[in-house]
Amino acid sequence: MPIAVTTTLPDVTSIAFVVSENPFALAASYKIPEGTIPAVSNRLKMAKTSNVIALVESGGKLYSVTKEVKVTVGGCGG
Amino acid sequence: MASSIRVRAIQNGDVTDVQTLIQHPMDTGLVKDPKGELIPAHFIQRLTCEHNGKTVFLADWGTAVSKDPYVKFAFKGGAKGDEIKVSWVDNKGATDSLTAKIQ
Repeated sequence: MPIAVTTTLPDVTSIAFVVSENPFALAASYKIPEGTIPAVSNRLKMAKTSNVIALVESGGKLYSVTKEVKVTVGGCGG
Repeated sequence: MASSIRVRAIQNGDVTDVQTLIQHPMDTGLVKDPKGELIPAHFIQRLTCEHNGKTVFLADWGTAVSKDPYVKFAFKGGAKGDEIKVSWVDNKGATDSLTAKIQ
């Protein structure tokens, strides 16, 4: 399922996506060097309905936002 | 040999918008084939984009990234006509890379 994260936080050094009900929860992690815009779009596979958490590292601190994504028919590995 | 990578990099003001699509199975290692055997995990672990010798984007991927992964990101400091290089390494040690011009 497509996922996109944008942030207005300053000094973003990394962004990560965690899918809580996936067998390997950390789905993707991105390093944002200086000069790169802190926004990423991607597509992830989900095993079943779960929380998708976006983590943003800004100024040495971690911020997160969580959204529940429902999986209807199929999912993955099914 | 045709590359597995397709890149579109467009300059908008001082920002370069990059979209890339890569052909790769991204097998999780959890799916069985029709014979009932597990298809081993085969996925891109690292994707890098460089501009003028500097890494402008680095992705560490797991098996949850979709087959034929697509990723979109943007960076500053590029200019129309500049080259960017997108490369990846997968868990079997295979690699590919593509150099494209910013439009």
